[in-house]
Amino acid sequence: MKKKKWPETWRTINPGCMVFDAGNARTYHTGSWKAERPEWDDSKCIKCGICYIFCPEGCITQDENGFFRADLNYCKGCGICAHECWPGAITMVEEG
Amino acid sequence: MAKRVGMEVGIAAAEAVGMCNIDMAAVYPITPQSHIAEHLSEIVADGRIDAEFVTVESEHTSISCVSGASATGARVYTATSSQGLLYMHEILPIVSAMRLPVVMGNANRAISGPINIWNDHSDIMPQRDAGWIVLFADNGQEVVDLTIQSFKIAEHKEVMLPICLNMDGFQLTHTVELIEFPDQKKVDKFLPPRKPLATLHPDNPVSMGTLGMPEIYAEARKSQDVALINSKQYILQIWDEWEKMFGRRYKPVETYRADDAEILMLTMGSMGETAELAVDQLREKGMSVGLVKLRLWRPFPFEELKAAVKNAKLLIVTDRAVSFGGSGGPVYIEVKAGLYHEKERPLIYNYIIGLGGRDVPVPCFVEMFEAAAQSAEKGIVKDYEYYGVRG
Repeated sequence: MKKKKWPETWRTINPGCMVFDAGNARTYHTGSWKAERPEWDDSKCIKCGICYIFCPEGCITQDENGFFRADLNYCKGCGICAHECWPGAITMVEEG
Repeated sequence: MAKRVGMEVGIAAAEAVGMCNIDMAAVYPITPQSHIAEHLSEIVADGRIDAEFVTVESEHTSISCVSGASATGARVYTATSSQGLLYMHEILPIVSAMRLPVVMGNANRAISGPINIWNDHSDIMPQRDAGWIVLFADNGQEVVDLTIQSFKIAEHKEVMLPICLNMDGFQLTHTVELIEFPDQKKVDKFLPPRKPLATLHPDNPVSMGTLGMPEIYAEARKSQDVALINSKQYILQIWDEWEKMFGRRYKPVETYRADDAEILMLTMGSMGETAELAVDQLREKGMSVGLVKLRLWRPFPFEELKAAVKNAKLLIVTDRAVSFGGSGGPVYIEVKAGLYHEKERPLIYNYIIGLGGRDVPVPCFVEMFEAAAQSAEKGIVKDYEYYGVRG
């Protein structure tokens, strides 16, 4: 069954729009907002993790080889990781 | 036993808060509210109540601070006035939208400019659409009673809304009145500890103050509007309960010698008591006059107002604030709009009175009644008029 995205009517809204189930932001895939996605050139990456630290979405994780990738379900394509990556390992590529 | 004491109303407001088992207060002092801030901080510092008094650096912070505390389930109080209330403006609609019970006293004072510390209602009127329950007190006894009632109303599980209790600055806050303080044990019975719907606690996570996308925002606003409208029935219930326990009756629209009156005047706040004296004088002269006193400004009591004015030929609405470039004072605009669909409705006049502490004694109310009656007799239709302005 498809998960209901919005309360059906104004009557079913919780008082004060309170949300009682924790971690619900996970179900909202903000990745659809992006116009560009980050791509890593692992040959330039020095595994410093600055992209991981600066990602405002917290969607960058380190893989088993020590390199970094963004979870594109949540990456909004802001480009902060590419801007901060001083070895120049990240390029923003247009979605298409 | 309830005790009767002579006390300054601002001090009495703080004493009333002290009877309500609050958990915290954050109050930034501003004339003419300062005595509430000072005395409440004394009550806490003297150990008379077990509560936190947070000294904040501004009103923007005091309202934010009590709202945060309310979200954790605390019973909270703040108070302000004039520019302080305007400085809270950004936060006010958030408190109501988050359905956080907060009780706030507002010592009504004019807003700048010119800079003026005296009494009128120009501070609360710009907050009209903030989604709060807004009450007006006529005298010191009402300040005490309404303060205690406000906690019960705000925290009622079907209400969960902030309340602003308006008391005229200086005219009330700095006047010594004879006030009956209810018995503490009875207050405790009337006002048991708060039972919040949810609290901010890591063991039981809840998100408050969430983002509302275009798909949900309109529904959220409608549900909030309905909550405010529905709050009236619980306010009435609580006022019934108060009357049973303490003997004093409160109504959304109070009337004075109004039942058979052909000419009615509408007031909000402490000037109602002055206008009562004018009504008495004119009644003695045989003029059919009466008074309608609006206690509940939001949610606006349309039904009660219609019932109160249905037999009147002329309704004189007094306003203590200006709606620049509008069709009259804010109370007048509301009353006139509320009566528009009525088949039988009185002629309505509007006097803007008592701005920035300008005194409006009994003879002025007599004059307003008489001047309006003469105009009405000639069938003159007119909009607002500044009463007593020179030139």
